Amino acid sequence: MTMQVIGTYAVALFLLIGAFFMLVGAIGLVKLPDPMTRLHAPTKVGTMGIGALLLASVTNSWVFHDGSVHELLIMAFLFVTAPISANFMSKVNIHRRTCETPPEVPEAEVWSTLVERDENGDLIQ
Amino acid sequence: MMRSVFNWLFPHPLMTLLLAVVWLILQNDFSYGMAVFGLILGIIIPRAFAAWWPDRPRSFRMGRMIPYVLLVLWDIMVANVQVAWIVLTRRNRNLRPAWVVVPLDLRQPEAITVLAGTITLTPGTVSADISNTGHYLLVHALDAPDPDAVRDDIKSRYEARLKEIFV
Repeated sequence: MTMQVIGTYAVALFLLIGAFFMLVGAIGLVKLPDPMTRLHAPTKVGTMGIGALLLASVTNSWVFHDGSVHELLIMAFLFVTAPISANFMSKVNIHRRTCETPPEVPEAEVWSTLVERDENGDLIQ
Repeated sequence: MMRSVFNWLFPHPLMTLLLAVVWLILQNDFSYGMAVFGLILGIIIPRAFAAWWPDRPRSFRMGRMIPYVLLVLWDIMVANVQVAWIVLTRRNRNLRPAWVVVPLDLRQPEAITVLAGTITLTPGTVSADISNTGHYLLVHALDAPDPDAVRDDIKSRYEARLKEIFV
């Protein structure tokens, strides 16, 4: 009985934490000034928001049902894929010049998004 | 002889183990039959895809990876609170976003990928681009009064540890 009471409160707590971080992510998306800073709020706060919601799901299933570990996989896949979408969005921002131009690379290198090639595939300096 | 057979059968021993574990978690239930089937999948899949991943990292220290993952998870939690605080309390004009150029000592693509992923998941930083020869990483920081401190933090906190994982 007490286990179930503790479980209920734990699930509610995790749900609240998750919902709070999701809300902050959404507020950040609306509030922050330019495309690059706007990228920060959802990518970071989203991981924690979804993480806490999945934790609530795990707790719920172990306390009230047979127990489930699928959520671990969801979290793992999310943590592997979230940086890639963030990276793609920032590359688009750099490519379309919708953000501050990034600083020059030392040693005569170029950022790979800004590399321009001629029809033979050679670098245009 | 034994060694080459082992290498042929398990091009990525850790991948074999990982696939078996993922299969078991997907089933959401443990039985020996499922474990064996997971192992079979773990042997077939890396074998079938070995041709597309020829330059795999030769050594990968699992023992050092676990404390690294725990450190990153902790940093993610701290980072979330910090970013949430910045989003909720800081006015936009007081925000100091900055580009940070991180020179890389890591050379293996896998290690750089892990570093870039770590940077994106942790305190107010997103890895945005890499230089054409892969020697510099471009990082965007949400609020960095001192970009050099961010760079040094990334190098000492994450890159130094990754260098010991991917020797």
